[in-house]
Amino acid sequence: MGFLDAVFGRRKPARPNLDSLFGIPSAAITVQAALDFVPTGRAAVAFRAPEGRAFADIENEVRALLDADGGPPVELAEDSLGFDWIVVRTDPIDVATAVTDAHAVNTSLVESGFGPQLLCSLVSFRGPDDRPLALIYLYKAGTFYPFAPVPGEREQRDNVLELQVRDLLHGELPMEKDLARWFAVWDAPGL
Amino acid sequence: MARTRYGTDRGLTARMFGTLFGLGLMYVLLAAVLYAFGFSAIFILGISAALLFGQWWFSDSLSMKAMRAVEVTPEQAPQLHAVVDRLCAMADMPKPRVGIADSDAPNAFATGRSPNRSVVVVTTGLLRRLNRDELEGVLAHELSHVAHRDVTVMTVASFTAILAGFMVRSAMWGSMMRDRRDQNTALIFIAVMVVSVIVYFVSYLLINALSRYRELGADRGAALLTGQPTALASALTKISGDMATIPTRDIRQMEAVSAFAFAPAVAGKREFTLEQWFSTHPPLEKRLAQLAKIAGELGQR
Repeated sequence: MGFLDAVFGRRKPARPNLDSLFGIPSAAITVQAALDFVPTGRAAVAFRAPEGRAFADIENEVRALLDADGGPPVELAEDSLGFDWIVVRTDPIDVATAVTDAHAVNTSLVESGFGPQLLCSLVSFRGPDDRPLALIYLYKAGTFYPFAPVPGEREQRDNVLELQVRDLLHGELPMEKDLARWFAVWDAPGL
Repeated sequence: MARTRYGTDRGLTARMFGTLFGLGLMYVLLAAVLYAFGFSAIFILGISAALLFGQWWFSDSLSMKAMRAVEVTPEQAPQLHAVVDRLCAMADMPKPRVGIADSDAPNAFATGRSPNRSVVVVTTGLLRRLNRDELEGVLAHELSHVAHRDVTVMTVASFTAILAGFMVRSAMWGSMMRDRRDQNTALIFIAVMVVSVIVYFVSYLLINALSRYRELGADRGAALLTGQPTALASALTKISGDMATIPTRDIRQMEAVSAFAFAPAVAGKREFTLEQWFSTHPPLEKRLAQLAKIAGELGQR
């Protein structure tokens, strides 16, 4: 933010950075090889839907576009904090396709002028004993972080596993250094 | 190139520029008076600068004490932290500390000398009265204050008023202490006092005008961040409607706190139109009108 923006009390909305998203498929192989966590083929895009007709129309167009390829239909779900999640599934499991679909959702929103509403994207994994893990991409920062809720516990995170994943993917993806930004997405659809 | 729906408000920027220009003029005028004041001016300048610097440097802890607010951890207030987390992720800004003040008056404020050292505080009354989306709007408004560095801007802006206030007092003391037969000195002191009073009054009006514009700027920032101007408008209506009936002395203890609160900490009716000039917050209708305009812009294809 520039000096003039501070003086005049305004701020340019953060613009999303979509490039790093395509690093996920190779990172998924690394995670599977080292930690035995396999991708579920699900990806989800979270955004804060602004009020008004314009956004609702665009959202419908995006879903129609993704459903046109004949795969499992995309889902739209709202979480407890009022954020919308577009969940894409692939059958058979294919991380590359899921990531491409997630990327398409993002580009559509950015191109229609709603880029600042994007929160994050998520790609989910399952480990031994059905332990969930998600790799989350923060658009505005352009960084990734892992999120691993402890199954069966209420709002507990497996921090050891999360740090393991961070160190594992350190050279492969831009990982978020500021741990305070690793916010939890407990009830994220697609997890 | 993707289009953007999130332009800046040129009218608001122009008005803010006008106010800042006026404040700059006050600085120049005050510098001239200080020059006439001679040697003791340096002393006065030093004291007021030190005072203001202290208020700015310790703004987070001072305001929290004044409001009797306590910092809460994510474990103590998971819902509140989750909303702040997500707003910060969307705005790509560092997460401020979060506090809760045990007061039934529904209000919120943000202070701190830099975005890295900021704290956002909400009252328990606010948490009780607002729903999820309204609370999100209020928090986004406070985060906009943090992102716009309003504490720093307002501290610099209020320097003239504090300095002029000091000068009136020292000129009064000075004229009492000195030899009264020296007509020239007495005249200079009277002139200094008159100019200082004028500077004080005019800067006071300008600071309040600037504060009102910063509020509109924060409203705008919040509406664009969440994309929900109507939820923020609803929160404003709820709070401002209640505010008039609830005594809020604790918030008024510190001017600095009042300046960044979500709704003005001034109880009473608003019949007197001149009161607008002395208010730190824009009238409710004006804030609602701006939000309605943004809602219209967001809805356009």
